[in-house]
Amino acid sequence: MIVATRPHALTTAPTHYCPGCTHGIIHRLVAEAIDALGIEGRTIGIAPVGCSVLAYNYFNLDMTVAAHGRAPAVATGLKRANPESIVFAYQGDGDLASIGMAEAVHAAARNENITVIFVNNAIYGMTGGQMAPTSLPGQVTQTSPAGRDELLCGFPVKVCEMLAQLDGPEYIARVAANSVKNVLSAKKAIEKAFRNQVEGRGFSLVEVLSSCPTNWGMTPGDALGWMDSTMIPYYPLGVYKDRSAKEAD
Amino acid sequence: MAKTVLMKGNEALAEAAIQAGCRHYFGYPITPQTEIGAYLAKRMPEVGGVFLQAESEIAAIHMVYGASCAGKRAMTSSSSPGISLKSEGLSYLAGSDLPAFVVNVQRAGPGLGGIQPAQADYFQATRGGGHGDFRNIVLAPASVQEMASLTLRGFDLADRYNMTAMILTDGTIGQMMEQVTLESAEPTAFEKPWALTGTRCEREKHVITSLYLAPDELEQKNLSRFARYARVQRAETMVETYGMEDAEICLVAYGIAARVSKNAVAAARASGIRAGLIRPITLWPFPAEALANAAEHVRQFLSVELSMGQMIQDIELAIRCRRPVSLVSRVGGMIPTPEQVLLAIERVARGEAI
Repeated sequence: MIVATRPHALTTAPTHYCPGCTHGIIHRLVAEAIDALGIEGRTIGIAPVGCSVLAYNYFNLDMTVAAHGRAPAVATGLKRANPESIVFAYQGDGDLASIGMAEAVHAAARNENITVIFVNNAIYGMTGGQMAPTSLPGQVTQTSPAGRDELLCGFPVKVCEMLAQLDGPEYIARVAANSVKNVLSAKKAIEKAFRNQVEGRGFSLVEVLSSCPTNWGMTPGDALGWMDSTMIPYYPLGVYKDRSAKEAD
Repeated sequence: MAKTVLMKGNEALAEAAIQAGCRHYFGYPITPQTEIGAYLAKRMPEVGGVFLQAESEIAAIHMVYGASCAGKRAMTSSSSPGISLKSEGLSYLAGSDLPAFVVNVQRAGPGLGGIQPAQADYFQATRGGGHGDFRNIVLAPASVQEMASLTLRGFDLADRYNMTAMILTDGTIGQMMEQVTLESAEPTAFEKPWALTGTRCEREKHVITSLYLAPDELEQKNLSRFARYARVQRAETMVETYGMEDAEICLVAYGIAARVSKNAVAAARASGIRAGLIRPITLWPFPAEALANAAEHVRQFLSVELSMGQMIQDIELAIRCRRPVSLVSRVGGMIPTPEQVLLAIERVARGEAI
């Protein structure tokens, strides 16, 4: 009996991600959603600048790479040029919540019919662990060696809470990739974010809390625990906006 | 069928983009190119196209990147400060070998500068305008008619060579009204087998990227890109000459400065001074051969520009500094009169310094 197989939308290439990083899980969830909806042949992915810049090696899809933070703008161009295609941007926290904030907010405000997978691991991973817009108060990073000081660096950006204030977007949800239960919720949210696009409903963003054992200086197990103890209390999981659910009420 | 109408330069350019088959415009408001956006906001819906006002110039050029990835003709337009913001996108378009059409209706700088005409973005345009080794095809219209004809040509060149074609014009050409004949021919069709259209689960995936972590691979990408650029230089250089058969004094000017210079050359010739004009229509590729040939019989070159002297360096390079080149310029939004240019011609004709 086959219990689990590789989703067809994923390639067989081994990923370059660090041990304990949850990008691999999130890639798989995206691929499973694409398989489930039968949209592989018309889906186009956009890799960001950051750890997942090479994501195009791992998906069996037409793909491009955007400049740092610009994936929602590139997605807008692709989708407007070919509305039949299913377009998703895969972005990290520095990419989306810092340098690309304007592109993300305005794509949401326009209710651009795209899907954004926003991976928040509270740190710049690829450049070696600098403070991110989502680094937690007190979090030690390369550029906040004494811990993030809110008086000096301000407060973390809560993307879902912020975007949910806009009239534009269709679906905004935060999930986590640190436990079986949370991964199952994440799978549902990601599939919904793609289904919304197939149905023409508009902008859907799923923030996936993720771990970075390498730059957090933790074992993979401790990193998943830190997500439960510290990260999730600051970034509560849940659906922040869901227009179709509201319509159904 | 062709029709002749009276139009502003910016509007003629916008209509020509429609005629070229462009159905995707992404832009952000800035003076003095506003007529392009205003025209296309009305016109695109009429032809089933997309007009989208982006949140920034940066977003607009990356939307062009996305639409170009999909294999569609796409454009953006801006003016000097906005082009600086687009320079990131220009570099990524070049690194990914994507066609794009970009318009710079120049205003005076640096910084916020002013909103009056200038030609101070010559270096930025002709050297690529972003990080890394790359070039854009740079077209410099000198009339409303050329705003239209060079737009049609620009879209074809971009698709033929998979690179950005840029119209480098100024507030005068953009906003003045002239008679223009608009051709309504079928746009040239180009195959784009690399486009991101979805695999249909029938072919290998396409990846469009400017990321090459292996240095030998990236070196090869750069070498093959520059081999393509060399083909552009051989085949696509455009230049107009006026009075150059016997010229001893050669003015070199493009855009609005060329219009002024042509009047000055005519006046000089009427008074017996053997002056001529070389007008680069493509600023990149630069018409170096025409300049080098002229240096055989020209005694003195004058670079007439609305800048502190940028194109003058390309003239000196083209003629290998074999003849003196002097600058005649106004900046900050000022435009020289034909009389001012004529005065410069008369002084060098008498052997005086300018």
